[in-house]
Amino acid sequence: MGIKGYSNKTRRYRLQSRRFSCLSAKVFQEKDIPIQVAIGNYDLGICGLDWVEELLARYPASALVKISSLNYGEGGVYAVASYQAGISNLDGLLAKRYNWRIVSEYPNLAQVFALNLRMKAFKIFPVWGAAEVYPPDSADLAILWARNENEIKEQSLVPLMKLLPVTAFLIANRESLENKDLSQILSCFSNAIASRNNVVTSPSKVIARSEATKQSHWQAKEIKLALPDGHQQLPTAQFLKRVGLNIQGYTEEVLNRRPSSDLDWLGIKVIRPQDMPLQVANGNFDLAITGKDWLLEHLYRFPSSPVKELLDLGFGMVKIVAAVSQDMPITDVADLRSLIQSGKLTLLRVASEYVNIADKYLRDNYINPYKVIPTWGASEVFLPEDADLLIDNTQTGETLAQHDLKVIAVLFESTACLIGNKDSLDFPGKKERIEFLMQTLRRGLS
Amino acid sequence: MESKKCKGMRDLLPEDMVRFRHIEDAFRNCCGKYGYQEVRTPTLEYLHLFTAAGTLTPSMLGKVYSFLDWNGWSGERVVLRPDGTIPVARLYINNLSEHEIAKLFYVTNIFAFEETGRENRERWQCGAEFLGGTKLAADAEIISLAKEVVHKLALANIRLQLSHAGLVKALIKELKLGPGKEAKVTSRVLDGDWQALMEAKSTRPELDRLLSLLLSLKGKSSGFLQNTKALCQQVSSDFKSSMEDFINITTLLDSLSCNYEIDITAIRGFEYYTGICFQLLADKEKIGGGGRYDDLIPFMSGKNIPACGFALYIDPIMKLLPLVGSKEGTESRILIKGEESTLEIVRTCFTLAQSLREAKRTVEIAFTEREPSNYRWVIAVTKKPSPFVLIDRQQKQRRDVASAAEILNILGR
Repeated sequence: MGIKGYSNKTRRYRLQSRRFSCLSAKVFQEKDIPIQVAIGNYDLGICGLDWVEELLARYPASALVKISSLNYGEGGVYAVASYQAGISNLDGLLAKRYNWRIVSEYPNLAQVFALNLRMKAFKIFPVWGAAEVYPPDSADLAILWARNENEIKEQSLVPLMKLLPVTAFLIANRESLENKDLSQILSCFSNAIASRNNVVTSPSKVIARSEATKQSHWQAKEIKLALPDGHQQLPTAQFLKRVGLNIQGYTEEVLNRRPSSDLDWLGIKVIRPQDMPLQVANGNFDLAITGKDWLLEHLYRFPSSPVKELLDLGFGMVKIVAAVSQDMPITDVADLRSLIQSGKLTLLRVASEYVNIADKYLRDNYINPYKVIPTWGASEVFLPEDADLLIDNTQTGETLAQHDLKVIAVLFESTACLIGNKDSLDFPGKKERIEFLMQTLRRGLS
Repeated sequence: MESKKCKGMRDLLPEDMVRFRHIEDAFRNCCGKYGYQEVRTPTLEYLHLFTAAGTLTPSMLGKVYSFLDWNGWSGERVVLRPDGTIPVARLYINNLSEHEIAKLFYVTNIFAFEETGRENRERWQCGAEFLGGTKLAADAEIISLAKEVVHKLALANIRLQLSHAGLVKALIKELKLGPGKEAKVTSRVLDGDWQALMEAKSTRPELDRLLSLLLSLKGKSSGFLQNTKALCQQVSSDFKSSMEDFINITTLLDSLSCNYEIDITAIRGFEYYTGICFQLLADKEKIGGGGRYDDLIPFMSGKNIPACGFALYIDPIMKLLPLVGSKEGTESRILIKGEESTLEIVRTCFTLAQSLREAKRTVEIAFTEREPSNYRWVIAVTKKPSPFVLIDRQQKQRRDVASAAEILNILGR
């Protein structure tokens, strides 16, 4: 299709076709693609069928047309349990009637699954990732993507049911398909689909292996700690090393989702930092190391949550900022308010991973009307075409500048912090352990 | 930005509210005469109340408005009430379960997503529930009460259709389809797709004959059910007892001269029903329905008591009603109009209005120069020594009046 510069190493988000002058493309986080196509911001999109079905499960009348599988990225969405839960199939699952905890990146598909099985009572915990690490102790079931059943079994999990076969899919906006001539572009896809031999299969995704043998010890651990993966992993691992906490399986090179430490009373799991406050609130963990941004995001949504900050760890500082396109004639939030009040901007579209922080910021600054578009990463790509304002974190401001964005306000600074559940602190036996850990972590503060 | 109401939501304007209250008043009045007591349940309930097995179908649950509450970090979702009966059953279990019988009624809104936004997503219903009591008599009472309300509303061409959830469920079991297929057929039937039963042929000719009879004919008396029973002898005890129950109720209704039509396909979404089910239609418009749901309260961890109930759907009934005038007709409406907007005259207007209202008259004060025509009486308040001019617009008469007492005297003639 003549699109250059699209590879897994590129940081370019806007691409132009050399072959078709009418074709330009934008790179999004995969989960955002079906939504963007459904609302008509894009005529065509390519993403996994899992994210398409996740949208359609909740909004079946979305203006989204599934055109064709692209025959790569094969896998499936599975319902899985842990071997240790003693469930080997769906009948076994249904025989046990109690309040099921289901963890998933696909909360809508998870709900359909639970309703179709007529589960009497269930709770769905949407997570940003690492769903496989939750069962059996932090959830009874996970709904997750895997390449195949063997991949699930290798993680000490039991595949109970394949909810959906998944491949990469070409999708289109219904109205675009009905009204626009997309034939030249679609015929490129048709040719590629017809000649399957030309399709390059993506390399195997490296999945972190869980150590099955250690799962059974989880419940015996007096204190349960969540450590972050992703960008926060390296600075957190370095900090823990500096304070003398020897953790095996959690370094720059190695990620074991269930690392171990020398403290035999400490259970550790590595999960997404975004998911930590909720997991600490519902008692799956006593402590977690996450960012203040995600703690605030949680507390704005659940003001009476039992989660609180125990210790500011000082590292991993980012600023949470409001940014707009360089072309927008404003320098601060007062200008933004005036722009909307003057009627030049009828509805402010705000892209953010921090939906609740964005909502509060806009409310507090009397910005109205607005709508928040929840994003799942790479939010800066939304501006200026698909959003007017960005609420995002930035370390140096370089990425914002690269995308021709300017900061109009710094909402707050966020550093890594230790969060805990107030109830755990009141629990006899836990309090001393938590204080010991806090004392240890204090050694790393400059 | 344009101020618009949410898609699928509806404003009720004054004329709509007159119709609404007319239905509500008729319903409340009938329920009161039958000894039912009014209750009101909260708009928010926990989702698990409705996911509990056997309460709502997956397709209905897929359309609820559910979300996490402000303290919902534990994952416990709440819903905008999607059904009227289940919250009342919960209310009974929580508060009234020591009563052997509870006869309750409610007027409430229920919420269910509807894809196009052209239909209402918030719907109103009047419902009555009979918890406890002997089954046969309670079934007859519920049907009789529903019919009485409809009769009081003077709706034309009312039809009562009867079915039996226990009989339908037993019939599906009788087909011996195996667990997977049986669940699929049940789901389709619950969603109103009766073709599923026609397609699911059994290996027994007598059962196919029975199915064909029940699906294609509409009985008008208990005799139809007796005939059907006679044609099918080799059936399960569940089927037999459901049929017996159905026959007993229809026989009772026959003796009460209650006209009905037996149509087993006249029900849908009857997941929690166990016995007789009925539907009321005005021409082809469904205006209400109900039935027996003996398993619901035990399913919800309450005690094992039988129950039945019905709901009338206010929205379609409103469309069928002519505009009913308010009780206070044009002939008695009074308008007080100040000659000037001075403090003294406005004060006099208010004092006079108060005196007349205390005498149970409906009185309005004029706030504009324009004088709407739908008042029989207009009282002009002036600065003259005799401060009021009473105008009878029907008789086209004017007279000076000195006091509120004199006005009341004239109005009372």
